Amino acid sequence: MQASLILIKRNVKLFFKDKGMFFTALITPAILLVLYASFLGNVYRDSFTSNLPTTVKLSESVIEGLVGGQLISSILAVSCVTVAFCSNFLMVQDRANGTRKDLCISPVRPAVLSMSYYVATLISTMLICLIALGLCLAYVAVVGWYMSVADVFLLLLDILLLVLFGTALSSIVNFFLSTQGQISAVGTIVSSGYGFICGAYMPISSFGEGLQRVISFLPGTYGTSLVRNHAMRGALAEMKEEGMPSEVIEELKDVLDCNLYFFDNPVTPETMYLILGGTVVILVGIYVLINATVKRR
Amino acid sequence: MKNMIEIDRLNKSFGDVHAVRDLSFSVREGELFAFLGVNGAGKSTTINIICGELQKDSGSVRIDGMELDREAMRIKREIGVVFQSSVLDSALSVRDNLESRASLYGITGKAFEARLEELSGLLDLGGLERRTVGKLSGGQRRRIDIARALLHRPKLLILDEPTTGLDPQTRKTLWNVIATLRREEGLTVFLTTHYMEEAADADFVVILDSGSICAEGTPLELKNTYTGDFITVYGIDEEQVRMLGVGYEKIRDAYRLVVPNTRAATDLILRHPELFEDYEITKGKMDDVFLSVTGKTLREESAEK
Repeated sequence: MQASLILIKRNVKLFFKDKGMFFTALITPAILLVLYASFLGNVYRDSFTSNLPTTVKLSESVIEGLVGGQLISSILAVSCVTVAFCSNFLMVQDRANGTRKDLCISPVRPAVLSMSYYVATLISTMLICLIALGLCLAYVAVVGWYMSVADVFLLLLDILLLVLFGTALSSIVNFFLSTQGQISAVGTIVSSGYGFICGAYMPISSFGEGLQRVISFLPGTYGTSLVRNHAMRGALAEMKEEGMPSEVIEELKDVLDCNLYFFDNPVTPETMYLILGGTVVILVGIYVLINATVKRR
Repeated sequence: MKNMIEIDRLNKSFGDVHAVRDLSFSVREGELFAFLGVNGAGKSTTINIICGELQKDSGSVRIDGMELDREAMRIKREIGVVFQSSVLDSALSVRDNLESRASLYGITGKAFEARLEELSGLLDLGGLERRTVGKLSGGQRRRIDIARALLHRPKLLILDEPTTGLDPQTRKTLWNVIATLRREEGLTVFLTTHYMEEAADADFVVILDSGSICAEGTPLELKNTYTGDFITVYGIDEEQVRMLGVGYEKIRDAYRLVVPNTRAATDLILRHPELFEDYEITKGKMDDVFLSVTGKTLREESAEK
């Protein structure tokens, strides 16, 4: 136990002491926030207002609150996974520079070693994502705040689950990497691709039916939807208060991926939590299994 | 004296490359054992198998009487390794590095503090504890590497080219520490090196070539078997040297004669006492042994690296 704790401390310390690793991970959500707010914010706002029924008049603030919620949900959903891949860099770096070999000649069990990387990545990623959440909430507070305390706590839960998911996924992928070039390549692929397949960059509802069905098999999609639900619930409730018909709200939730369907069956938030939580358990199990079973050369 | 390492008919291949072939040797407890060979000779593969990092294809490895296949975890507690390249975390302090390593062996809290103090005295680490490893000199870093390998009081210390790139002073300090540990704690040292003068101080030497042993013995046995003796004669001219009928080379103020062994040197001197007024007899060096056995020199290898 003591060995696990000290190894976790070592891994976390190395992550935060390595300015390259730390800032690369931290800058990802910060850049996304600036880019989204500067460019995509207007696109989202225009797209939303142009599709509003002419009979509905909404306050500027609630529109900004909804668009802000959409922006931050995209950023947070992507960051939890991409930051995990960045934070898990150490696992590969240790293998590349011989540290892993040195650790393996000590009597530490492989499971302790692999879990120390997992937990350290979890802590580092969670810290960075909490900073990102703070920035995002500050942004929403400026443009239009409609979230309740419960929404914020649920957002925290979503982030924790997504970080657990991202860390487990990156741990499995990184297990098979042995050079810094490989992890850079994987990091680039994940950073650019994950946002699309989890529905963060573009709503899943805008994809073709076939692609939507494929994406509905990916657990990250449900994580994004949970974040969207909790980031936008307050603004959508306010819109209803301001006279927007329930049917229009439901259609809006479909368009914004707050409602997801698995082969035309609606997926409830509880089921989304189950899917995401179950996936985390399965991925961590796979990670432990490959560490225990992949044999030395 | 019992054996610390017993390797019997060890084999390891990587695809078509037979890295280790039917390798058998033993290392006695408390011995300084030199394991020599050019790059690719199979040294690192053997070390990695001993450390439990690589799986062998066949053969047996026993460390301190324990079978590697059955008691790998216990064996790991008895081995300390200093790799050629430092594996310290450059961004962390010396203390952090040592603390995390010690914890892997269950050495924490007061036990760690006590061991750290002991090693600080032995390796002169005073004042380095709080410093970041990345800011230390090569020699200082090497001392930390050794402290790290010794934290758990191993019975067997594997030194994989420990002095490569170090200045002579640091090299001397390092060997003094090793000598102290061998004397006081009976530490067995398994050494690979490119410095033949270090191998010359070993109790036993094994030279590997293409995965199998091509020569083994004490440095004296190897020198006697694979090199001749040299007589350096002063105060004679080349005509007189030629008259002796042995191979020679001219050095600055003398001639170095090559003779098969010390007996032949004595016979030559007794036959021509008038020419040998000022002379010295020396054995061949380990460099000569290595060259004679493998047809290669380690220094060339080292330079290529």
